Order: sequence, then structure tokens, then C-alpha cells
Amino acid sequence: MSVFKQLTEKSWERKGLIGGLNPEGAFESPPERVALGFFLTIASVIFSLLAVSYVIRMSLPDWTPLAEPSQLWLNTGLLVISSGLFQWARNTANAGKQKNLSIAFIGGGVFALLFIAGQILTWESLQAAGYFMTSNPANSFFYLLTGLHIVHLLGGLWVWSKSSIRLLSGGKPEDVRLSIELCTLYWHFLLIVWLVMFAILSNT
Amino acid sequence: MAYVPLADQDSELEMHHPHSWVTKYVWSQDHKVIAIQYGGLAIAVGVVALVLSLLMRMQLGFPETFDLIDPNSYYQSVTMHGMIMVVYMLTALLLGGFGNYLVPLMCGARDMVFPFLNMLSVWVYALSVVILMASFFVGGGPTGAGWTLYPPQTAMAGTPGHDMGIVLMLVSLAVFIVAFTMGGLNYVTTILQSRCRGLTMMRLPLSVWGIFIATILGLFAFPALLVSAIMMLFDTLLGTSFFMPAVIEAGTPLDHNGGSPILFQHLFWFFGHPEVYIVALPAFGLVSDVLSTHARKNIFGYRMMVWAIIAIGGLSFIVWAHHMYVSGMHPYFGFFFATTTLIIAVPTALKVYNWVLTLWEGDIRLNAPMYFAIGFIFTFIHGGLTGLFLGNVVIDLPLSDTYFVVAHFHMVMGVSPVLVIFAALYHWFPKVSGRMYHEGMAKVHFWCTFLGTYAIYLPMHYLGFLGVPRRYYALGTTDFIPESAQDLNTVITYAALFVGATQLLFFINIFWSLRNGEKAGPNPWGSASLEWQTPDTPPVHGNWGPELPTVYRWAYDYSVPGAHEDFIPQNVPESVEPTADEQHFDPDHDTSKANV
Repeated sequence: MSVFKQLTEKSWERKGLIGGLNPEGAFESPPERVALGFFLTIASVIFSLLAVSYVIRMSLPDWTPLAEPSQLWLNTGLLVISSGLFQWARNTANAGKQKNLSIAFIGGGVFALLFIAGQILTWESLQAAGYFMTSNPANSFFYLLTGLHIVHLLGGLWVWSKSSIRLLSGGKPEDVRLSIELCTLYWHFLLIVWLVMFAILSNT
Repeated sequence: MAYVPLADQDSELEMHHPHSWVTKYVWSQDHKVIAIQYGGLAIAVGVVALVLSLLMRMQLGFPETFDLIDPNSYYQSVTMHGMIMVVYMLTALLLGGFGNYLVPLMCGARDMVFPFLNMLSVWVYALSVVILMASFFVGGGPTGAGWTLYPPQTAMAGTPGHDMGIVLMLVSLAVFIVAFTMGGLNYVTTILQSRCRGLTMMRLPLSVWGIFIATILGLFAFPALLVSAIMMLFDTLLGTSFFMPAVIEAGTPLDHNGGSPILFQHLFWFFGHPEVYIVALPAFGLVSDVLSTHARKNIFGYRMMVWAIIAIGGLSFIVWAHHMYVSGMHPYFGFFFATTTLIIAVPTALKVYNWVLTLWEGDIRLNAPMYFAIGFIFTFIHGGLTGLFLGNVVIDLPLSDTYFVVAHFHMVMGVSPVLVIFAALYHWFPKVSGRMYHEGMAKVHFWCTFLGTYAIYLPMHYLGFLGVPRRYYALGTTDFIPESAQDLNTVITYAALFVGATQLLFFINIFWSLRNGEKAGPNPWGSASLEWQTPDTPPVHGNWGPELPTVYRWAYDYSVPGAHEDFIPQNVPESVEPTADEQHFDPDHDTSKANV
């Protein structure tokens, strides 16, 4: 039923059983997916507010733009591969196949870990070049945004590690299909967030 | 894939079925136990905040009398009172407490959809309370920056708790937001996906609608507080300058440079204003159900009530800057926010009319919950009207930062939600405990609270008109403030002490009734909504016995002409309704008036 139809229902007039024999959720999705949808919206709000703060703070006179190191392109590549591997795992699981499932799923997480390692190395090279967090607000925002993005990835990796253990201990594709699907959605989301942030950071 | 209710997942229900005292009462995954844990802790911190407010009143009523209150401890009391009441008491009690208890029961579900996450939520909330309370015991004490925590003064040496106090406050808020998010995801997902058979969204009681929209507001507004808390923590601990401008402290320039305190204000109020509705919307919902049940009448304009809740929720995100009229904003900006503020008054007023019209020609039963609910209509109209004053830029400017503002927000989001909370606590106490409370004591509690709070806040409006500034430790001698203002302050303090003391009646009543109250039975109010139709009272783990309920009607079938009783529960099928022949109107047997 459309949202409009639901919200205009005259519930005081209509008596009797509405719907089929089974309870119906508002969305034809398992609750985990609905909850993830809400969580992604919350995370979008967090990053949007930071982006707005970034733009407002940028207009103040003490702002010195930070030249983003080229290493970030390599890191971006790692995250793209990570996301791609998750998508591969999702397709494999949806097809009910076992072959390559573990490689794709676990590989996706490993590339995410490599991305995080790459980000930390970028921080270190920036520090070595004298771009400290406190020296300029542009630097502060760079560390804050990349740090928060890593925190979100770590949250995803926690779920990934649990599902990986289930997969390695002989879990069938159908047992872990939902986890794989949700991880994939989450990774694509974090890739998009990173790409948007990277675009903002390198164009300012 | 349609959601399979927990009823059909025996193994899952068994999985978190409590097996020992610890899993039943401490690490419980049952929404009802979690609700009581949330509620109990929220009320406990609320009492701490109440005591802090009494300390403030003692200072204001009798300045230079008490050694224990110096300017620092006064500001710390102001700050902690505000933050605890708004976030740790009202939000936690209304959503964590009532949300947890009522949502699964009113939705005909066995539990929340993620019981483990729900358990984590309450314990992470407890952790946030512990961190907050720890700030009373660290060097420098808790922060005294005011609950709005505006930089740069939060981090300046002149502000009490500028070192550890503010850090603990910010960390505690961040932890609270994590707890709220875990709980909030549960409430919205349960409401959307776990309703029982036949329970469409428009058949939900308004309590669920209020909790639902308030939770969505919380989920999308708290990130603004999280972001500002993190950035301010960076400023405080790491020396960044997100918010901290170049500033000189006691003759020494600080390391900060160029930050924007106004940016913090925008972020804070982008959270802060929806927060008002995070508190108000559940209260609107709960009071609607209490009024309808005790007036034995369906809620007037149910659809309008739902739409108003949704409209208020949406509009609440575009009014935030009306808290910042004096921050030097562009006049057009102020014009925009004044307009949206006045627009939000429309759905809000609509709700008030509908409550009053629900009472119109109702078969009103003046039980204690009804006393509190009707009291709420008074205080809410009162606080809402003064909001119209303050929403207008030109009127706000002279009244800003005076006691008029203090009186306004205490009436509208202090006293009003608290009256609803008492209404709801008395109303649902028989379901939660299985026993009735002491009616007489509850009514005395109402009159003391209702009249007492008027005695506190009504005079404060006059203080505001006189220009008495808020947040001042002592007034000193100021030309434009007459000496009689001090007499008024003394009277207010007497009233505050009286109201504070009479809250003991509530605690005595609850604890006395838990042991000695009359057995309540499953549905003492004759209520139509699902939570009163559980096979056991109090409901046991799993709520519904072997089979989930099926819903055939909305939650407000009261005094239906021709029905056998003056209410028809939601789970009663159509077939037991009277036939058309029985429905002819007989003035001698008009059931809508029969129950006196």
C-alpha cells in the first residue's frame, strides 16, 4: 500500500481484518535491512553536517587550503576494489553458489583494511611534512573527516569479521546471504561518502 | 520478503528467554524490563536535577545566606539541571521508558526486533549517566557553561569545569547518542515491520505515532549534537580551532585562532530545537490516549492528529535559528525563522483543539491520570502562547535572556511533559505492576504539582517583563529592577521547595502501591488499545501467550452506540459487534452516557 493511501485511511470507518493472513511490514524487507537504511540516513546526516561546517569554516580568513597528497588516489582505488569484491560476494551468494564466495567476501574486508592502513600512512606523511592537525582548520577537517570515515569502516569490519568466521566455519551461502547483502550496501555507501568527501577536499 | 514475527520463530524467542535472576532483571533482553530500567534510571537522574534546581532557587530566593552555593556551583547547577532534565531525564524516560514498554505491546509484538541491541542501549545509557555523574567528582567539578555549552566560554578559565567537566559532559553526550541510536533503530523498525496482523499504521494508537516520529527526529537531530560534541572535544583536547576564535584569557592569548562560535550555535540548535519535539511528540501521543480513554470518547480528528505529528516533526528542523535572534543574524534570516516558527504553531494548535474537543460531551472520568492530562492542556496552552511572543524577532529581542524565556520553556517543555509523564505513569501503572495506585494521594500530588508549578512560573513572566536577566547568580543593585523583584524571587523559591517536596507523594504512592495496592485486573480503565488485552497482567515474557493478537479496528472504539460495553478492544472481531437491528438509537440505553 502506498504511503499516501496508508496515511489517508479512515481507520474509524473501516472495521475487520486488513491485509492477508500474515503480518505485513511497511517495507518488504527484513528488519535488519530497514534498520540499516535508517542507519545510513543517520550517517549521511553526520557527514552532510560536517560538509556544511567545512564550507562555513572555509569562508573565514585563517583558512589555508591543504594540498591533498596523491597517495589518496591509491587509497581510493583500494576502497573501490573492496566495494567491488563485496558486490561480487553478494552476486555469488544471491546465486546460491559457494565457489569463490569466501574469497570475494573476505577479500573485500582485507582491501578495506588496506584502505585504512593507507589512510593512516597518509596521515603520517602529512605529519612528517609539517601538516599538523592544529596548524590550520583545513588540516583539522581533513583529519576529522578521514578519521570519522575510518570509524564507520571499522564498525562495518566488526560485522564483516563475524560473518567471515561464520562463512569459514562452514556456513552455507543462504545463512550468510543477508549479512553479505547488508555489508555490501554499507560498503557502497561508505565508498560514495568517501568519493564525495575526496571531491570536496581536493577541490577546495 | 515479509517479516516473520517472533511468534513464528520459537528458537529465537527461546534464545533470549531469561533463565536466571541476572538475565531476567539485569542483562535482560525483555523490552518491559529494559523499559523499567530506562525509566528508573531516568527518574533517578531527574531527582538529582530537581535537587540542583532547588539549590539554585535557594540562592535566588535568599541570596548571601548559604555558604555552600557560590557563583561556580550555581552555574554548575544551572548547567547540569538543564542538560540532565532535557536529555538524560525527559528523552530517556519518554522514549527509552515509555517507548520500550508500549511500542511492542501496542503493536502486538512479542518484543523489539533487536532485543540484544535494546539491552545494549540501556546499559550504554547507564554508562553515559555514570560518565556525567563522574564530573561531579573530578577536579574543577562539572561544567558550568550553561546547557547550551556555547564556545568560547566553555573552555575558558573563568568557567567552572572548563578542563575535565566539559570533557566528561561531551563524552557523556556522545555515549548517550550511541545508546539512543541503538534504542531508536529498534523503535522505528519494530513499529514499521513488526506490527501484528490487521494493525495498519493508521490503526496505531497516537502514543505509538508520537514515539515513532519523535524517534525519527532524534535519529536525525542527535547527529548534529554528536558532530558538535566531537569538534568541541577536538578544540578542547587537541587544540584545534573549529569553534574557538582568537581569544585572550587573563591577559594571555590562547592558541586558538579564527574558529566560529556561531557555527557551534547553528549545529547545537539544529539538534536543540528538534529536541524540544523529541520530548513533546511522545507526550502529545501519550496524553491523547489518556484523554480518550478517560473521556470514554474516541480521540477527535485522529487523522489530523497523525498528520499534525508528522508536520510538526518535519517543521521542527527548519525553526532552529529562532534560538539565535540575538546572535547578530541577517534580518531576512530572522524573518524566515520567525515565519516557520509561527507556521509550526498551526499543527500544534490543531492538536490542542482536538484534545479539547475530545473532552467535549465526553463521559469524563476524573481519575488521577485525567487530572494530569487536563492539567497538561492548561500548561501547554500557556507555554505555547508565550512561545508566540518569543518566536517574533522584535518581541524576542528585549525578552531574550530574561526570566520570561525561563518561564516559557519551563511551562512548555518542563511542566507540560512532566504532567504527561505523571498522567502516563499513573495510567499504565496498573498494567506494569498489576496493582492500582492510591487515588487520593495521586490527586493531592496533582493539585500540589499543578498549582505549585503555576506559583513558580507565572511570576517569572513578570520578572522577565521587568528585564531580570536569567543565569545571574545574584541580581545586586540594578536601577531598572525594583526591590520587589526580590520578594517575588523569595515567593517563587517557597513554591519551588513546596513542589519539590510534594513529589515525594508520588514515590510514596508508587512504592506503597506495589505492595499494598488493590489488584488491578487486566484492564481497569476499560481501554481499547492492545496493551490492555494481554493474557497476563503484568504481561509475561513474550507478551501474548501462544498466539499473537489480530487487530480488527482502530484503538479508539469508545462508547460505540449499541455496543455491549462502552469500549470495544482492538482485537475483538467485527462479528461480535451489534447487528444493524440492535444499533437503533435508544435514549434510555445510550451507552455513550450510561457509564457515570
